[in-house]
Amino acid sequence: MAYRVVHYINQFFAGIGGEERADYPPELREGVVGPGQALQAALGEEAVVVATLVCGDDYFAEHTEEAVDKIIGLLESYRPDALVAGPAFNAGRYGMACGALCDAVSKKLGIPVVTAMYPENPAVEIYRKDLYIVETSDSARGMRDAIPKMARLILKRLKGEPLGRPEEEGYIERGIRVNIFRDRIGAERAVDMLIKKLKGEDFATEYPMPSFDRVPPAPAIKNIREAKIALVTSGGIVPKGNPDRIEASSATKYGEYSIAGLENLTPETHETVHGGYDPTYANDDPDRVLPLDVARELEKEGAFGSLHDKYYATVGNGTPVAYAKKFGEEIAKKLKEADVDGVILTST
Amino acid sequence: MKELERAGLPTVHVCTIVPISQTVGANRIVPSVAIPHPLGDPTKPLEEEKAIRRRLLLKALEALQADIEEQTIFGN
Repeated sequence: MAYRVVHYINQFFAGIGGEERADYPPELREGVVGPGQALQAALGEEAVVVATLVCGDDYFAEHTEEAVDKIIGLLESYRPDALVAGPAFNAGRYGMACGALCDAVSKKLGIPVVTAMYPENPAVEIYRKDLYIVETSDSARGMRDAIPKMARLILKRLKGEPLGRPEEEGYIERGIRVNIFRDRIGAERAVDMLIKKLKGEDFATEYPMPSFDRVPPAPAIKNIREAKIALVTSGGIVPKGNPDRIEASSATKYGEYSIAGLENLTPETHETVHGGYDPTYANDDPDRVLPLDVARELEKEGAFGSLHDKYYATVGNGTPVAYAKKFGEEIAKKLKEADVDGVILTST
Repeated sequence: MKELERAGLPTVHVCTIVPISQTVGANRIVPSVAIPHPLGDPTKPLEEEKAIRRRLLLKALEALQADIEEQTIFGN
């Protein structure tokens, strides 16, 4: 017997309307709708798209929990073996809906799910670790490429077949490491790679570095002699006793501490709570991480205008980027309000 | 770091593992001494350590005053 698949699409792909109909509540229709035709064709005889769920993007975004509950209620009567959502391409709300729905269905109904998006769809960052998300182009022009990959992936999962690497299967990397046997040791492979690199030939790294966004440099300080400089550190230097209980790793907070009137950090006044490096040297003399003593000397000599009387500290040890970003935004705001002109940020 | 610069505050990253600083997108980078003591050296007497600290901080101040267009390492 063929597997029973339910397909989720938004109001646009269901042909209901554009933004003006984005408040369309969840609805279940028998059989295929819109891109479901191509999905059915790609699934062949092994699976049948028994129904299509339709929901407006705004409706889903504004009533996410309600929409998920309602959809799961609608789904149950169809006893699906799997859910396919999208592709959502680079549509943010649609992507979030596909991600949230797949995540909920996978957890609550325990059936395989697959969705598809453009890598920069904001839902990818949120759901890629939990879901198989087929990589698509940024617009519906990529439909023809995306659908067969989605079909292949969901069939494999339905049959319990092992999945290959992300690039073989066409899904976005989930950050899962798998042990494999290679016939040549790492050193040999690394040297091969290096030789190819030196020759200018193509090579594939075995450990791609994550890519990060970039910020254009802020304008330079024009008059250093009048500039107010602040110290910030990710090295975990806090007043002795760690009053804010900043965590030794995966920090969820940062601290703001006064250095007004302080000339020097000592083992009696300060310590590090960073769990990712040997704390001996920083605890013996915290100035080795947060250089207050020499900063004060330079301030007196007029090497810069003045030292801001507060410093900010967190622990940069497995700290999620989202937290670091939030800390940075908040610290930036406070420093701007205090008319700080430049920042020295020290890291261990 | 990036949020500080995004807010228009020139920020210099004094750190030891320069490639990480480059990867995460610091614009002004001053390489430091070692991971557990970036601005000091416990094998040296205090006066020498402070001289190291002074050199790194002066370099950091120089970095804050530099008009740059892209990631720049302010080494020795």
